[in-house]
Amino acid sequence: MNSRKAQQLLSGDEAIAYGAYDAGVRIATAYPGTPSTEILETFSQLPDVYAEWCPNEKVAFEVAIGSSLAGARTMVSMKHVGLNVAADPFFTASYVGVGGGLLVVSADDPGMHSSQNEQDNRHYAVAAKIPMLEPSDSQEAYEFARLAVEISETYDTPCLLRITTRVAHSKTVVVRRPPERKGRRPVSGFQKNPPKYVMVPIFARQRHEEVEKRLERLLDYSESTPVNVAERGSRKLGIIASGVAYAYAKEVCPEASFLKIGMSHPLPAAKIRTFARGLAKIVVVEELDPFLEMQIRALGIPVEGKSLFPACGELTPDLVLQGLRRATGSASRRTSSDDRDRRALPPRPPALCPGCPHSATFYTIKKLKLDVMGDIGCYTLSVAPPLETMDACVCMGASIGMAHGMERALRDRTDRRCVAVIGDSTFVHSGITALLNVAYNKGRSTTVIVDNRTTAMTGLQDHPGTGRTLQGDASPAVDFEALGRALGIDSVRTVDPYNLKELEAALQEEIEAPRSSLIIARRPCLLLRKGERPPPRAVDPETCVGCGLCLRIGCPALSGREGGKARIDPLLCNGCPICGQVCKVGAIHEFRNP
Amino acid sequence: MDCWNIFLVGVGGQGVLVASEMLALGFLRAGYDVKKSEVHGMAQRGGAVSSHLRCGPLVHSPLIAEGEADLLIAFESLEALRWLSFLKKDGILLVNRQEIKPTTVTSGRMQYPEDICGQLSSRHRTVHVVDGLALARAAGNPRSINSALLGAASRFLPVPERIWKRVIREAFPDKVVEVNLRAFALGKKASPLAG
Repeated sequence: MNSRKAQQLLSGDEAIAYGAYDAGVRIATAYPGTPSTEILETFSQLPDVYAEWCPNEKVAFEVAIGSSLAGARTMVSMKHVGLNVAADPFFTASYVGVGGGLLVVSADDPGMHSSQNEQDNRHYAVAAKIPMLEPSDSQEAYEFARLAVEISETYDTPCLLRITTRVAHSKTVVVRRPPERKGRRPVSGFQKNPPKYVMVPIFARQRHEEVEKRLERLLDYSESTPVNVAERGSRKLGIIASGVAYAYAKEVCPEASFLKIGMSHPLPAAKIRTFARGLAKIVVVEELDPFLEMQIRALGIPVEGKSLFPACGELTPDLVLQGLRRATGSASRRTSSDDRDRRALPPRPPALCPGCPHSATFYTIKKLKLDVMGDIGCYTLSVAPPLETMDACVCMGASIGMAHGMERALRDRTDRRCVAVIGDSTFVHSGITALLNVAYNKGRSTTVIVDNRTTAMTGLQDHPGTGRTLQGDASPAVDFEALGRALGIDSVRTVDPYNLKELEAALQEEIEAPRSSLIIARRPCLLLRKGERPPPRAVDPETCVGCGLCLRIGCPALSGREGGKARIDPLLCNGCPICGQVCKVGAIHEFRNP
Repeated sequence: MDCWNIFLVGVGGQGVLVASEMLALGFLRAGYDVKKSEVHGMAQRGGAVSSHLRCGPLVHSPLIAEGEADLLIAFESLEALRWLSFLKKDGILLVNRQEIKPTTVTSGRMQYPEDICGQLSSRHRTVHVVDGLALARAAGNPRSINSALLGAASRFLPVPERIWKRVIREAFPDKVVEVNLRAFALGKKASPLAG
């Protein structure tokens, strides 16, 4: 009964938070990561819950395991690459099982709207032998979150809920159902059971046997669950799809027969065979990898899939329509010539904010012509013109290890000068062990922590370096200087990136010195500022010589033409001291109203 | 009940997503099924922002296919030009004539296109140009552009005004509700500017 009043427009992330809550989850952990961040943020606002940002996804997962073993229903959420970080506990959690239900959310990013790859995390469910649900919109995200908690407890396994950006960040109509139980569930407490929870080989071998038997029981469930549902339509074309791909296919080809897969591991083999009977042609509409397609082919059912749809990038209704047209031999739509016109227009990429301390840091690094082993955060934007000052970025925390490896390989040469640049949140996430390695293995590399006192790119979340918890309570802040020294780094110093001379001198000295160095370039993110904006700067057109040096900072408030005067937009300018120091003729001063 | 595909585009910080949210809630309250999709994160960093909004008796895809939008609401001129191909041939383009230079232009590397409104009118049949900033200022706050554009768009949409007013009241803190209601009214009354 959908009364209009009960309808809410929710994102998939929000719906999952509510679904977990209505299923009795009261503890949740995560590390921020687009498109999953809002799951924990939404959950943390609900009554009587405990939510924490952990330093990284591995820790978040392990905290969730502990909570689950204590009998509490728990959720841990992350983006797709976050599951790489949590993979170690993820795989063995499958053997260990659960106490209270354990909901694991993986939010993948086909099209890489904000990620370094577009890996397809459905493979993880198969590899770890963990059941998986794939919702196709927010109502299903809500329902499947609740279902995942039930499956987890009924079958004694973590349960993976796999979404993508277009489910996580699309808002669709949701009607919530009353929770199974009013108020708080009692937490049963930890029951000692070493053969189940201590994974030494003699016990783990038993547990693996259990896991295989469990998979067979889950297969029976998958065959009968209503979340895998056949929709009768034309016998000429059958479409098998999961997640948002189902929604696109249903939109462009509603007349086809559909097998909508909601539980995509284990796949309901018998149901698929039944569906396939009597259909002239079967197409698997799938984004990224032929995950469903390969398993369906292995059942002996001839299907088309990746030959029709791209392996790269996200699917769109257009791409689905084109693929289906090719499959059925229909004429394809006129290809758009507008693509060429669109590419001729000036792009509008995201940029570092006017006055961002990272601009100062990277401008200075560029001056020194260093090779930058970079990392993930707002500062990754320094790869874009005009700064173009990042040379490698692979995964969270990789900068420090890469710089050390490079330094070791090139130690006998004097021509290459490499530096690791990492943000404060990224450093806490996975930079500490890498920095320890530099000290322990007697490296000579230089690491710069660009410390802006927050996890900025994902929306200004707190972390162990900020001195505040998710709830905003005061908490011990990691002292990076003391930590560097405790790890054994030879030279540890702190500079203000806004002081370009100080930063340049520190970098120059540390790059040349044959010792391990840590430079903490500390200046808070401008978006953290409360209160009045400082007065903007202005360029004195009489003094400006049109050299264009200030334009190389990449500040959105600064504009200029070749050979012409520079200009500062007072509405965008945040009144920082960067361009004033860069200008060699003193043409930049505080804005004065005419 | 017809289907409405509305594509909103603009620059981070202009209030595109708030406008999209208001439109979505308006259609929802008017009895439509609604799906809305956007990519987050550009609000602070000045990048391009776009939001797909689909309304109808039963909506499946959250994304609008290229060439299928009934209404393109562009908060900024360059973005109107960039996304024009999303409109149906007989779709309506509602464009705010504001020009915000991207960093690729301010750094001197590329040129901002000239006479965008002229280009738009020559490539598309139904173009309504509004001066969103002037309307917002007349209402009392330059940040009420999104309500002004909502008002302008409301002329084409099958949702009664009382629903839009209710949505505005709920979307904004009390002290700016009146400004936004005024902006909505001014946008609704505004006659299209010469292209």
